Amino acid sequence: MNAVTQNPVLPLPIADLRAPARTPQIIARQLGKEFISDGRSVVALQDVNIVIEQGQFCCIVGPSGCGKTTLLRIVAGLETHTSGELRLAHFNQTKPLLSMVFQEQSIFPWMTVEGNVEYGLRMRKVPKAERRDTVRHYLDKVSLTQFAGSYPHQLSGGMKQRVSIARAFANDPEILLMDEPFAALDEQNKAILQEELLRIWEESRKTVLFITHSIDEALVLSDRALVMTARPGTLKADIAVPLQRPRGAYEIRSSPGYAELNERMWKELREEVMNTRPQKEIA
Amino acid sequence: MAIPASTPQIEVRTSSRLVVRKVSPAAIERIVAILTPLLLLGLWEALTRSDVLDQRFFPAPSSIIGTFYHMTFNMPWDNSLTYHVLVSLSRALIGFLLGAIPAIVIGAIMGLVPIVRAAVQPIVGALFPIPKVAILPLLMLIFGIGEESKWAIIAIGVFFQVLIATAAGVANIDRIYLDVGANFKAGRIATYTSIAFPGALPLIVAGLRLGWGSSLLLLVTAEMVSSQSGIGFLIWRAWQLMTVEDMYVGLVVIAFIGITSFWLIDALESRLLPWKRR
Repeated sequence: MNAVTQNPVLPLPIADLRAPARTPQIIARQLGKEFISDGRSVVALQDVNIVIEQGQFCCIVGPSGCGKTTLLRIVAGLETHTSGELRLAHFNQTKPLLSMVFQEQSIFPWMTVEGNVEYGLRMRKVPKAERRDTVRHYLDKVSLTQFAGSYPHQLSGGMKQRVSIARAFANDPEILLMDEPFAALDEQNKAILQEELLRIWEESRKTVLFITHSIDEALVLSDRALVMTARPGTLKADIAVPLQRPRGAYEIRSSPGYAELNERMWKELREEVMNTRPQKEIA
Repeated sequence: MAIPASTPQIEVRTSSRLVVRKVSPAAIERIVAILTPLLLLGLWEALTRSDVLDQRFFPAPSSIIGTFYHMTFNMPWDNSLTYHVLVSLSRALIGFLLGAIPAIVIGAIMGLVPIVRAAVQPIVGALFPIPKVAILPLLMLIFGIGEESKWAIIAIGVFFQVLIATAAGVANIDRIYLDVGANFKAGRIATYTSIAFPGALPLIVAGLRLGWGSSLLLLVTAEMVSSQSGIGFLIWRAWQLMTVEDMYVGLVVIAFIGITSFWLIDALESRLLPWKRR
């Protein structure tokens, strides 16, 4: 049928050779999600097989409505899959397993920037002094120190997403799940936030699963890009992104290999996007 | 051969002078807002003194002020205006709290637990439309004509308004905030205190404001029907004794309580909801 790159359960050599460990952290086998809508069964995900290594920055690219958000929500534990198996490795149980950065406005409007960033820590009952230090560190990283006491309604869209990113990192999870966090931002803000994200990520090298519909974004950020098919979503291609790090959001576009990767991804995606276009009704 | 050259009409737009206003329009509006009622009072005074208005129904503002002074300072304590006001205020407050606190708790549970909502909603739907005054006789049968029946009628009126507002507030919290809570492993209690309650607070406060309005209404009604004290009693006694000045004092006092308390609720709201865009 389709040439899905079947990942064996055993770890494969991966693109980024600097990643210290090659232990799998997220393993999905034959993962599927079906739900009933208006009495009809809809298959959102089918036979998803992925092995994501610890410390890997992995982007999932796919046409709108392909189920990539569903996949992320399943990994996050906000939804459950209806077939197959999902395994998540939790190496250090004193830290949380995962935190998510949501697509839309998800920071609590009734808490200050500081209150939002420390939310995960507060839920884990981390002592106040430690919380303050962590919050200060990440607010500095996303250049929001002077807005610590502000409420979200006083912030711009880009600043709100920064808070959301700082909140996820401050919780210090092993896995970060990001659902198109920059989709609503303008081009310049997007580039700046991508670079900020890369800088913060470089210092901790957490496992990241990042959903996007943008090929550019996937190439700027990831070690590895997974292309998904149109609904029912499954994996179509597994593309290593061996571009040098640290990366700049604009500089990377002129680095050797970028154009070829871009073209290859577009070829893979194009077909799927065409498939999602409304087709002529068959009587 | 050629098109006749027409002279275009030129529209000239001149610049306007930069105007610096010494008094802002907002300040003028404020002055007008204070001045108009004062002018009306003056007119009222003039019309009654010149006998255009019937003094029996519309006593002069100056005589109402005199009566106010008399009722406040020249009466025995348990018949003074201060005493009646305090009695009324304590009834309203006790009734209000008795209604509002359980309403917030039950409303929050209704908002978060669909099965509880399904169970409570039809009961609320059936009882809410009954005008609360209609059950006052029943309450007086149950609780007697003492304080308890007044607390009860006020509490019931407040309860429904706050309950409905709280349940709606909690139920309408954006799903995503609950997802965030789940993602950060917020427990049940933490979900209530850090998400459900603060998220619903704007609507809860709106419900409390409505509830306070109806508690003043029910207070006066209950005091008129069965009481020997309170502002409602004062107004009713004034009708029975035909002491119109006393009646006006009662009206002014209850209006004043209404205005100040809503002003206090506004102040409380901006303290409680600093995150709301105003």
